[in-house]
Order: sequence, then structure tokens, then C-alpha cells
Amino acid sequence: MTSSLPVKIGLEIHCQLTQLNTKLFCSCYCNYREKEINSNICPICLGLPGSLPILNKKAVEFAIMISKALDCKIPELTVFSRKNYFYPDLPKNFQITQYDSYGTSTSIGKEGSIKYGENYKIARIRRIQLEEDPGRLVYENGRTQALIDYNRAGVALVEIVTEPDFVDPKEVRIFLNKMTSILEHLNVCNTNLEGSLRCDANISIGNGKKVEIKNIGSFSDIEKALTYEITRQKTMTIHDIEIKAETRHWDDKRKITKQARSKEEEEDYRYFPEPDIPKILLENLSLIKTSELPDERKSRFINDYGLSEHVAQVLIDNKDLADLFESAIKIYHSPKSISNWIVSDILAFIEYDSSGKKTITDEMKIDAKHIAEIAKLVDDNTINRSTAKSIISRIIKTGELPSDIIKKEKQTTTIINDETILLESIDKIFNEEKKATLDAKHNPTAINFLLGKIMRMTKGRADPKITTILLKKRLDEEV
Amino acid sequence: MSRLYTLNIEQVTNGIKNEEFTSEEYVSQIIERIIKVDQKINSFITINDNALVQAQQIDKKIRSGSTVGSLAGIVVGIKDNISTAGLKTTCASKMLSDYVPPYDATVIKRLKDKDAIIIGKLNLDEFAMGSTTEWSSYGLTRNPWNLDYVCGGSSGGSAASVAAQLCTASLGSDTGGSVRCPASFCSVVGFKPTYGLVSRYGLVSYSNSLEQIGPIGRTVSDVKKIMEVISGKDTNDNTTIDTRNNINTNNYDPEQKNNQKIGLLRELINGADESVYQCIYSAIDKFNKFGFTYEESSLKSSEYALASYYTIATAEASSNLARFDNIRYGFELNPDDYEWNTYFSKTRGNFGDEVKRRIIVGSFVLSSGYYGKYYLKAQRVKNLIKHELKKLFKEYDLLISPTVPVLPFKIGEKIDDPLKMYLIDINTVLANLAGIPAISIPIGFKNGLPIGLQIMADEFQEKKLLDISEVIEKSININTSYPDL
Repeated sequence: MTSSLPVKIGLEIHCQLTQLNTKLFCSCYCNYREKEINSNICPICLGLPGSLPILNKKAVEFAIMISKALDCKIPELTVFSRKNYFYPDLPKNFQITQYDSYGTSTSIGKEGSIKYGENYKIARIRRIQLEEDPGRLVYENGRTQALIDYNRAGVALVEIVTEPDFVDPKEVRIFLNKMTSILEHLNVCNTNLEGSLRCDANISIGNGKKVEIKNIGSFSDIEKALTYEITRQKTMTIHDIEIKAETRHWDDKRKITKQARSKEEEEDYRYFPEPDIPKILLENLSLIKTSELPDERKSRFINDYGLSEHVAQVLIDNKDLADLFESAIKIYHSPKSISNWIVSDILAFIEYDSSGKKTITDEMKIDAKHIAEIAKLVDDNTINRSTAKSIISRIIKTGELPSDIIKKEKQTTTIINDETILLESIDKIFNEEKKATLDAKHNPTAINFLLGKIMRMTKGRADPKITTILLKKRLDEEV
Repeated sequence: MSRLYTLNIEQVTNGIKNEEFTSEEYVSQIIERIIKVDQKINSFITINDNALVQAQQIDKKIRSGSTVGSLAGIVVGIKDNISTAGLKTTCASKMLSDYVPPYDATVIKRLKDKDAIIIGKLNLDEFAMGSTTEWSSYGLTRNPWNLDYVCGGSSGGSAASVAAQLCTASLGSDTGGSVRCPASFCSVVGFKPTYGLVSRYGLVSYSNSLEQIGPIGRTVSDVKKIMEVISGKDTNDNTTIDTRNNINTNNYDPEQKNNQKIGLLRELINGADESVYQCIYSAIDKFNKFGFTYEESSLKSSEYALASYYTIATAEASSNLARFDNIRYGFELNPDDYEWNTYFSKTRGNFGDEVKRRIIVGSFVLSSGYYGKYYLKAQRVKNLIKHELKKLFKEYDLLISPTVPVLPFKIGEKIDDPLKMYLIDINTVLANLAGIPAISIPIGFKNGLPIGLQIMADEFQEKKLLDISEVIEKSININTSYPDL
């Protein structure tokens, strides 16, 4: 049975250290996005003759923080290597990276692990290394030549390589959510930026050869690419076609993988130690403290704020939400109601971004203050839940404060608990529903019918408790 | 003022500061001489059109009473593989025939800060790969002492121009002897500093782990003065070393110059041609009277040095030179109708034969399956040599040998035989592999052709090495003669 063939998936994640100020080996800005083409460059990242790489120490610290968060061993020292290949987006025609060879380990971290998912499955981390991003080829309509933008060249990347510990695409997605949250919590990468987090995958089924899928542009496409590739390989196995070791590219438009090159003609990268960067001692650096990690934060949410496992997990999976929660409870300390508003209502308004993650964008004009006010207004019985929901959908677009809306539109928003007003409504209903009113003197169901009428008349704003008491009282008086 | 071009650094700076002559007069004379003499030897690739303007600025400073730098007014020629902002840096290659760097190498910046004037860019073997300066795409440089002979290399232009008195001093780069070899062949002083003492920022890399920029001058004293300015930690080069800590470990007392114990490297001396061998011993006789102690010493690993050197150097070169693809800078070639792979092939066909040879060898020794056999083994030999030399320096203050085992030879004599050519470097590569300082000083002539003495010291012992070199230079006293051009 081919459907029961075991699937093995391993990942190579490239994470741009977007929270650095400068590139990995020069003082150009790390933030190359939205800059004029070829304006964020210098002799070093452009690989001009005679320029030398100057290692960004902060990048090493960030890579160590990631290694520690993923429970990796950190060697006493590390070195950089050159990976030699010709490509126009590579200014020096070699990439400065790290490479294990001849018994020398040159990673920043190795042999780590992450627990992920509800069952705390373990994914082993093989190695974590630093390297430089190449430039970018730009294709313009109507032009046969590609143009090259080197603004990105030299930006620091951390490569995280896992062991082939995943058995299906869903696991990969849950794992990547966790990984994203960790990187966000370490504040080393703004994962919302396009291209800041990229992933290649290796897949094999049964005893088949390993196939590498590159060029997966977003995390949301990974599940699709893996599912496609597993189906492809299983179909081949059914038809007794041999699966070759090869590299395939994910075709984002057609949503298929296609052959890039077979491993037989694999390039020889002629790795050797980078002579311009002396060995780096990591001993002292490995004492660097990491900020609070997702698992620690989740326990704190459960223990200190009494959140449920589920609610805590949803918040933690998206650092933006967890941050929103913590800011909001500083303004109004009601963790349970605030967390519920975020998880059950705010989340629904957040769109998936290009990387397949739910992201609070600048267009969403809601912040901690808004949420705190909403929660308080409901808790204080100033507005009811349905009014709260409609206020939320409005302020997300406008950014108005709920308290201001209430002030301005008292007549249509706040709960009516003024007995005089409520009695007026009751008398009006009694007039309109004479039969039901008579009925109600003996039949509790009819009371509910009258209450429903009053609620409709007041557009849901009548305080149901007070209204019920007044109804009963008034019915008694009618005798 | 006549014949200002014969003056040394101190004489030039004093002359200008004391207003005996102006910086402008000095530079004018030098330029005049370059125009007259360099057509014979071809040591310059580019002359700096701004030199006279800079000279006038220095004169202005002096007239207005402002302070000027320690090298005020001297003219320095620069090997054309060291980046100079706004001044073409070709590496004597067609690949870079139109390349103008946007930045100054650290050494250039430091020279300019001390008011030295960059007079121009000097000829070399393409990308510093060669030992005779015959592999330049700008034509070969001739030996000023005999125009039919090679001037040595790869910093041939740097040595020949100083010997021909076309600049006060020059900078070269020394990867396996490229400063010392031409210094020896042209009868000038050439110095290769301890690895990490001088910033390589702006030096177009040939073999990063071996090379250093080094000065060439007509006297040891001139070389010292340039070293004072160009050496020291540079934030633009991670391999530079803060020497303030290392100088202290230098247990050398300048008052005790004569107590030095000198080792004569047997393998290197015995391997030299008869005329070179004899010249070394007659020189030793001359400075014997200073009371140094001599002893024959042996460096067994030296027989593997050349193989190790060429393996490491070509490996690094094959990677360093990959960036020359003419996409970002280089020369004029319309990319229309090329697919990028064919464009790479087309442009990279512009390397000269020796450069191509070294790229091929270097790519081979790094390729998978051969890396351990060649590159790693070469690194182990490097460590062995370093270790063996370290041990020798526990016994000896200095080690001496011929700089080059042969006399300068005729142009064209070895150009077709790479192995014979590589053997020229056999004595000089040791200092590069070990990262130690080494100097070549002139000690005599045979049939009108210069011979140089190489002196090596342990790492960071530059002060001792240069002081003793000065003593030896005085005792031999040949620096007063210069070629008649």
C-alpha cells in the first residue's frame, strides 16, 4: 500500500536578521526594502576589488540567541567559509557562509530541538549558521535583459537546518508557526516583511531518494508544495517509476513543483575557509541572554492570568496578538475578557498576509487602548456584546475610541437601564400586544415574548435583567 | 636646485619644510624625469595628473605656517593593485582597464594624511601573479641596471621606479616575495611586514592569507619612515592586529644591537647560484666586524614551502578573481545578445595566461575529492614551517639567506617555463607562509647585476629587524650608487 509509505520531510529555513541596523559585512542598511535600486550599496557589499568583509558582531549575537532558543550546542569558536559559484546576483561570485568539512564544525549552533504542537512533538535542529543574502534579479516587461539590484546583497541570513523529522505537511505548518513566533519573540526578524523568512524542503517517501524543493516564496505555500510533491512521488511509486535525487522549484503560479537540475550535475562549490575573517570565539558570546520565549510566555499567561491553554496558544502563536493582549491588560486589568475579545473577535478581522501569517497591518487602526475600553464597557454593563462587536468592526477602520463613540452616540449605543424609559417601552408594548399581555400574567413563556419585543424595539439596548423585573412588576400591577 | 630626485625622505621633507625648495619644484622635477626616463623601463601605468596641484597645496600650507605631515612633499609610487580613489587601478589586467576605484586603500589614506603625494600607479605582473613583471598587459618593466634584464616581480614597477629615482619611495604587495624579489633585482630595499601589521583594505586580493603591503625605498631608513605611517590596526581589515600589545613582547634593546645572534639558513644559501653564494659570504665578512654571532642553521621543512605556497595562493586566487565578470565594473563590452554564462566566459577570456593557469590550478586543488589531498595538506605544511621557524627564532634573533637564489636574468628567458619561474620565489615564500617580517637589502653586484640579502625575524620584531638591517646596510655601503639612465 503506497498510501502508508512513510514520508520524511526536512527543512532549511532562511531567516533575514531584519532587526539589525546594518548588513552582515558592511555598514550599509540592513533595511533595503523600498530603497531606490542600487542605492543601498558600498565597496564591500558590491564586492569591489580590494574591499574586505567586516563581521557584524551583533549578527553573531542574534544567531547565538536563535541557537540558544532552539536548544543548540554552541561551539567554542567558529569560522566562515566561501561557497564558490557564478551567478550575476552574487557580487563576489562567492557567498560567505559556514560549512562543515573535514571534521571541522563551523556552525553557530548545532544539535538542537524544538517542541511544537499540542502533543509537544520534537523536531531536531541539525545546525544554525550565518551567511549573506545575494542581490536580486529584476525582470522588466518588454526587456530581454535582467537587471540586478544589489540593495539586498550582504544582508545577514541565519540558516536553520532541521533533521527530516516531519511526516506530513500539517506538522510542517505547525512547526513553522512555532518557529516564526520564536523568531518574533527574540526580536531578530520581523517575519511580516516579504522575503524575510524563506524555506526550502527535502522530501523522501519510503526508501526513495531525497528531493529538494526550492523557491517556496511564502510559508502559506509550503503546505501546498509539500502536498503536491508527496502526491507526485506516491504516484510515481505506484507506477514503479524511480524517484531521482533532484532539486525542484516551486512554481508559484501553477502551484506545482518542476525539475530544476538533477543532483548528478550538482555543482562543486569548492568550499574553503574565508581568509579575511579570523576565527570567532563564541565562549563569551554564548552567555548572551535571550528574551522571553513563546513557551515561557505561554505558561506565564496560563499561570498568572488564568487563560485557558487554547487561548494562550492562539495569542502566543502570533507575537503581535500576545503583545496587544499584554498592553491592553496594563490599561484595564481583565485578562480573561481582554483575551477573549482578541481571540474571538479581533482575530476575525486580521487578514492573512503574503507570507501566510495573520498580520496586524497599519490599515487596522485598533490598538490596546481600544480593546481595553471595549472590554471595560461590556464588563461595566455600559454596552452589550452585540453593540461591542459592531463598534469593533467600525473602529478597526476608523480608529475612533469606543468611549468617544459612546459619548457621541449615547442614544444608539448604551444599555438602557433607566426605569422611566424602560417603563415607557413596556407600556407601549402592553398596548400593542394586549392578548400576549393577558397571557403573560399566567404564562412565563409569554413574558419572554414581551421581553423579545422590547429588545427589538430598543435595538437590543434594553438591560434584560432590569426589564424583566419591571415587566413582572408591571404585570402584577395590571391586575 | 638640481637633482632633487636623488634625495631621500628626510632630505625631501626637510628641504620642503625649511623652504630650501618647494614641493612643486620637487614634483616638477620628478615628473620631468618620469617623462624622460620611464620610456626606457616602463615602470608606470598611470601618472597622477593631480600631483602638482597637491604639491602647490603643501607649499601653501608651509607658507601660511600651518603644520604639515611627517611625509610632506615626498612622492610615492603605488603598485597598481592598490586602490586609489579617482585614479585608475588596473592590476595590469585588461579585465580592469577602465576601473576607477571610488575609494582609497587604507595605506593610501594614511600616506595622504601625512601629506605624501601619490605620483602614479606602477606596473606589475597581472594581479601580482609573476616574478618578473613580464606578465603585464601594459608591457613589461625593464631592469634599470641593465635594460635587457628582468626587474623581478611582481612589484617590478615599484622597485624599478625607486631604483631609477622616479619617486621617493613606493608601495608594493608581497604575497610570496613580490616586494623583496624586485627589490633584490633592482638593488633597492624592500620590506614585507608581519601579517596583520599593515591593512590590506584596498589591496586587490591575490592570496589574502599570505599577502601584505610593503614599502620599497632606496634606504632602510626610508622604508622605516613609510612603515611608521602605514602600519597599525584598521577597522576596515579584520585581520589587522593591534600592535601596541605585541611591541611589548619584543625583548630587544636598541642599545644592544651588536649582541644579535644570526642564523645562516643552510638550505637557502647552498641552493643559490655560485655568484649569489659568494656575494652573501663576502657581505657577511663586511658586517662581521659589528660583533654579531653567526651560525649555520637548518630549516628542514623549507623543501615543501614552494609547493605549499603555490597550492594556497592559487586556491585563494581562484576564488578572489571570480568577481571579475565585467558586470559591475571592468571594461567596455556590450552585453547584448549574450546569455549570462557566455558573457562570463567571453569576459573572463581577457585574463592573461599566467592568471588563467593559476585560476585553473586553484580551482582544481579546492575541488571536492582533492581538497584534502592538496589544500589541507598545504595548510599543514604551512603550520609546520611556521612552527619550525618559531623554534629557530628561540635560538636566533635573525635568519639570513639570499633573497633570490639567482641573478637577474634576461627578459624572456623563463617566461615559457612556469616551474623555473616559480623557483625564483623559493626563499621568499617562507616569510609569507609563516606570517613573519622579512626584508631584502642590496649587498652587491655581479656583472653589473644586483644581489640582495634577505633577513627574516620573528613576528612583530620589525624594530629589531629594521635596526639591524640599517647597521648591515651601512657596513656594506652600496646605496650611494644608482643606475645611469
